[in-house]
Formats: sequence, C-alpha cells, structure tokens
Amino acid sequence: MTSPLLALATREFRLAARIGGGGGMGLVFFLILVTIVPFAIGPDLNLLSRIGPAILWIAATLSTLLGLDRLFQADAEDGSLDLIRMSETPLELVVLVKGLAHWAGTGLPLALAAPLFGLLLALPPDAMASVCATLLVGTPALTFIGAIGAALTASLRRGGLVLSILVLPLMIPVLIFGVSAANAALGGTVPFWTPFLVLCGLSLFALVTGVMGAAAAIRLAAG
Amino acid sequence: MRLVVENLACERSGRPIFSGVGFALDEGQALAVTGRNGAGKSTLLQILAGLLEPASGTILLDGGHDERTLPEQAHYVGHRDALKPALTPLEALAFWQAMLGEPAMAPDDALDRLDLGHAADLPCAYLSAGQRRRLALARLLVSDRPVWLLDEPTSALDAGSQTLFAELVESHLGRGGLVVAATHAPLGLHEAATIRIGA
Repeated sequence: MTSPLLALATREFRLAARIGGGGGMGLVFFLILVTIVPFAIGPDLNLLSRIGPAILWIAATLSTLLGLDRLFQADAEDGSLDLIRMSETPLELVVLVKGLAHWAGTGLPLALAAPLFGLLLALPPDAMASVCATLLVGTPALTFIGAIGAALTASLRRGGLVLSILVLPLMIPVLIFGVSAANAALGGTVPFWTPFLVLCGLSLFALVTGVMGAAAAIRLAAG
Repeated sequence: MRLVVENLACERSGRPIFSGVGFALDEGQALAVTGRNGAGKSTLLQILAGLLEPASGTILLDGGHDERTLPEQAHYVGHRDALKPALTPLEALAFWQAMLGEPAMAPDDALDRLDLGHAADLPCAYLSAGQRRRLALARLLVSDRPVWLLDEPTSALDAGSQTLFAELVESHLGRGGLVVAATHAPLGLHEAATIRIGA
C-alpha cells in the first residue's frame, strides 16, 4: 500500500496526462501567446528583446490560469473531495500536493521552455537564463495564489471567469518582481538579486498562505 | 462500538430541514433511514460523514479507534460516485485504498467480488450507471472502516447486484460493523431498524 499523498500525486499526474486532463495545454497556450506578440508588434528586434521578459512573464501568468479552475472543482463535482475530506490526511497536505502537481504540469514546463520561446522574442542568452530562473522560482507563487481562488470558486459554474478576476490582481506583485529580476540581464535599473530574492520570498509566502487559505475555503464551502 | 445520535437538527440557508433526530446503533446493526424526497435523508448522512455541520445535537461514536473521528472511521457512498472518467476501476480503487487507509481486500479481489473483474482496465467513462455504482460499493471492501454510510446504495443496481449488495452488508454486520443507509427501496437485509425523518 502506498502513502496517501504519493497515491494522490500519481492520480493527479495520470489525470493530467490522459484525454481531457489538460496536461501540456498550458505549454501550447504559452507558445501561442509568445508567437502572436511579434506578429502584433512587428519585426523590431530591439523592441522585442527589450519587452521579451515581460511578454514571457505575462504569458506564463495567463497560462497558469488555464486548468486552475478545475483544480478543486472537478473533485468537488464528482464527490471525490467529500471522500478526501474523510481521510486522515490533513486537507492542507492534500492542497499542497494538488498544487505542486498542477505546478509540475504547467509552471515547471513553462520555465524550462522559456529559453526556447525567448528565441522568438530575440532575447539575448543572459536574459534567457534570468527569465528561466525567475519563472522557476516565481511560478509556484502564481499556482498557490491561484489555488485559493480555485478553492473559493470550486462550487461555482463558470468559476474560471470569477477565478481570473479574483486572482490576477493578486498576482501583480509576483509579476513586478519577476519581470524586474529578468530585466536585470538586459541592463535594467536594479541588480538581479534584489528583486529575485523578493520573488523567492513571495513564492514561499504564497505556498504557506495558499495551502492554508485554500484548505480553509474548501472547509467553508462545504460546511 | 456504539453510534449514538441525539436530538440532531439541521438547517440549510436558515431553513430547518429536520430536528429531533436520534438513534443508537450497536455493533452488527443496520439502520434504514426513510422519508419523503427532501426530508433530509442525504443531509443526515452527510452530517454523520462530517461533511456538513449540524445546527444542534450530538453525534458520539463510542468504543471506536481513539485517535480517529467518526468521519475517519466511516465509508460514505453518496449519490456521486467519486469516479474520474479517465481512470480505470483498478486505478480508482487503488487510489481510494491508499487515501482511506486501513487496507483490507486487494483492489483486484474487490472488483471480482462485485463482478467487475472484466472491466478492471477499462476507463470509468465506459461504465454503465449500475457498473459505476458497483465500483463505488467496491470501495467499501478495499479499506476497512467500521461504519458504512450509504445513500440510496441500490439505485441503478439490477436484481442480482442487489442480492450481492445485501450479502456484502450482511457480512459486514457479521464482522461487527455498523450500517446507516438512506433508502426508498427495501435493502433486503434480515434485520434492520428503520427511522423515518420528516413529517
């Protein structure tokens, strides 16, 4: 018999990988967003490379929202969440595992693919590395801020719309520090490490508050 | 082990659903909860499962596991089957066994017991309503929890499956388990107390 959390993680990955699970869709959406920007702006390479990190970050933020609305809604609708709440595993750990699995399926591939997509935006190599690093530490914050919204809107039909309106404003600080750290490599006004460490702090903060907040929201919604 | 419920009342959105519900259930006893549609049968089971808060009243499980609450010692089979269309019955049962703890029967054997062995590797999306129901009932076997809370357990089951279900419940009662079932149809059990809620 496997541990409950390992079993949960395995289930999340299986569901994401199978038909209708939406695994990989975040990456494709990310690619499309990044691809249409040069078409809209035109072939001005200097301009593209200057706004490249910002484009990649905005694309990553929007891609994270994909599938986030189903994070708890799918389990709430089919009754799985009721049974999960009846297990001895604390709901906080369940939220943590579900959040990390979601991040591993969306945020992590985005961060790893960012250098490649940076080519489309004429990013220099240093900037690619810094965008990759900032996305790697910053996307968990996006996922866990979103998790609170996902838990709050789990019982709503069309909750995805409410979710976006609810959590996008809360993601702004992450976006600001992520982009300013990524821009440091392009000769930004601040050194790389200052905003980068703040970004790490935001991620850790979001991890704790997201887990607690989402678990509380699930309990409230049902009670 | 003894489950004692006293003077339980429930409100939803300020509207009273039922009040003054009380019963006591000893090891090896089953209770059938009846009542008209909307009387609060499902709500009562959800309260027992810890999924809803009662407005007042007490629920006490005497003599169970010391460190576990009633919901952690109870199986709940509700209207919704808690099945993912993309997962196979085998995967679903293995997951619930790990999640609910206290592993009892192996998922393979539980599927065979409920006559679902042939569908073990088929995605749940392809199962019929009755098969999904049987799969939800198989969950009762893979994890050993003494209290079974069953909401209309025999809905969508054919005659053969209903007999099979009655056998499973009888053997659970024989091992000293407790069963609370909300039902319209007779469960086919030899001995079951009945409580009627609502007017």
